[in-house]
Amino acid sequence: MAINVELTHTTATATLAPRAGTVEAVLRFVRTKPLGAAGAVIILGMLLVAASAGMLAPYDAYHADYGAQFSRPSAEHWFGTDEFGRDLMSRIMYGARIALFVGFTASFAGCTIGGLLGVMSAYLGGKVDLLLERFMDILLAFPQLILALAIASILGPAVQNVVIAIAIPIIPRAARVVRATALSVKENVYVEAVNALGATRRRVVLRHIVPNVVAPYIILLTAQLGGAILAEAALSYLGLGAAEPTPSWGLMLSGSALSYAEKAPWIPIFPGIAISLGVFGFNLFGDSLRDALDPKLRKG
Amino acid sequence: MRTYLVKRLLLIVPTLLGAATLVFLIMRVIPGDVALLIFGGDAAGHIDPKQLAAMREKLGLNDPLYVQFGTWLWGVVRFDFGTSLWTGQPVIEELLIRLPLSLELALFATMVSVVIAIPLGMLAAVRQDTWVDYVVRVFSIGGLAIPGFWVGILTILGLVIFFGWGPPLEFTPPWVDPWANFSMMVWPIVTVGYRFSAVTTRMTRSTVLEVLREDYIRTAWAKGLAERAVVIRHALKNSMLPVITLIGTEFAFLIGGLVVTETVFTLNGIGRFVVDAVAHRDYPVVQALIFLTAFSFVIVNLLVDLTYAWFDPRIRYG
Repeated sequence: MAINVELTHTTATATLAPRAGTVEAVLRFVRTKPLGAAGAVIILGMLLVAASAGMLAPYDAYHADYGAQFSRPSAEHWFGTDEFGRDLMSRIMYGARIALFVGFTASFAGCTIGGLLGVMSAYLGGKVDLLLERFMDILLAFPQLILALAIASILGPAVQNVVIAIAIPIIPRAARVVRATALSVKENVYVEAVNALGATRRRVVLRHIVPNVVAPYIILLTAQLGGAILAEAALSYLGLGAAEPTPSWGLMLSGSALSYAEKAPWIPIFPGIAISLGVFGFNLFGDSLRDALDPKLRKG
Repeated sequence: MRTYLVKRLLLIVPTLLGAATLVFLIMRVIPGDVALLIFGGDAAGHIDPKQLAAMREKLGLNDPLYVQFGTWLWGVVRFDFGTSLWTGQPVIEELLIRLPLSLELALFATMVSVVIAIPLGMLAAVRQDTWVDYVVRVFSIGGLAIPGFWVGILTILGLVIFFGWGPPLEFTPPWVDPWANFSMMVWPIVTVGYRFSAVTTRMTRSTVLEVLREDYIRTAWAKGLAERAVVIRHALKNSMLPVITLIGTEFAFLIGGLVVTETVFTLNGIGRFVVDAVAHRDYPVVQALIFLTAFSFVIVNLLVDLTYAWFDPRIRYG
């Protein structure tokens, strides 16, 4: 009888555990990492603004109103207007879409391609590993922004080209991190055990190695997000990203923004705040996530 | 040490060769007809075919690919990157004119960053998860989040509005007029230095955190040493080596900072040279600069590794 009670008890907790665990983990994250939670709030806010820009934005982001050029921030135009009389707040709201789109797609593509190459390199070893490693070394010899600049200059200014230009420099960085983790996972006794049991290569890689490199992959992805948004802003600022009249935050700061700045300082101020706040949110969150997941940095 | 040195030197040869090949592929092969690109693409057929042919001849595009590749590599070895399409001057000469400014900016920015970063990072680590740590982390994560060009724009804006300052147009080397040089370079240096310090602060914090978990630190506490002694003599000393080497490897970050900062402050350095060359479709210059940044990056990493090996025998013999 006693055994029965204990058995039912175990099953009950087993089914409940994942749910309670997730909620608990989130609560613990909020309690121990208030900065990370603040970052998550900023990210959620940015996602919300980007998703509902169509409803929230008071004006059309592309509509030029020559009667309202250089309007100061006021009740009609909270953030003022630019040299074409376009409402800055609306442009910043639509700009969140571009920043998030480029940030997510570029870091997802870069980390995934890099991660897969890293797993391949670690699992296959030998010549494949050597060749891939040398190739990654060569890519790593180019500073991130310089490589992105070169690729963007060849591809020409357009949003999808910016994604490619930002994703490529991420690949070797992701490959390196994931390869190192996969190599140490491969040495584990359980991998040896499943190999001995006659598991196929496919099964070993997909069921045993890949799940164990997911944590560093996610840390890497969140860490790259902020950087990718910043890189998009920098490329657009340098005239290699999105082209006018796309409401890209970096583009809003380029060229004319500085020449009109003395007369209309709100033109460079608000888009800059948007970039900084967004990247700040992603960096805070990524940083705390790494602290929480990396046992080496855990307290005590 | 000598074996390590030789091994490490041999290792950079394939990397540099690969980098030269990659630059060749990116700039010459992938875009298709570079001559057409230089004229801005031929969408409407406005380009004079004679000019196009002349440009192809000038760039050596009529040669077979392996001859072009050979010429490029032979040029790379002799640091001869051809002439700029925009000014007609040899690329390397144009580059050497702009080098002192960028070197000065990079050197002083690194110094500013170290002075800010090491005390702050150490403080944050020692007081992990207290308000001190939070303030330092917000400061450093903020430095990473704020775009360098925006800090530059705001600085210029502030200087123009409050002091009626205008960015000077000509670069004055420090040995000609130290004061003119200082007043021109101080703001860009602080801008790059602050952003750079954000990276170094984070690194210092996490290395000191790791060292603080070591057994010898526990021993130091256990034998009743004062906090000062434990932190400065034991923890800081042992975490400095990785930080010093990481400052070196963050050279790439610095290059990115130079590109945007020189553009904002209209300083005629290497960073702005890259941006201008891209804007003018000056492909020989773009090609040369991209290869040379990779080259200097590899050399800096080599020096960093050698310093590390010099200090840490485990690497030399490992």
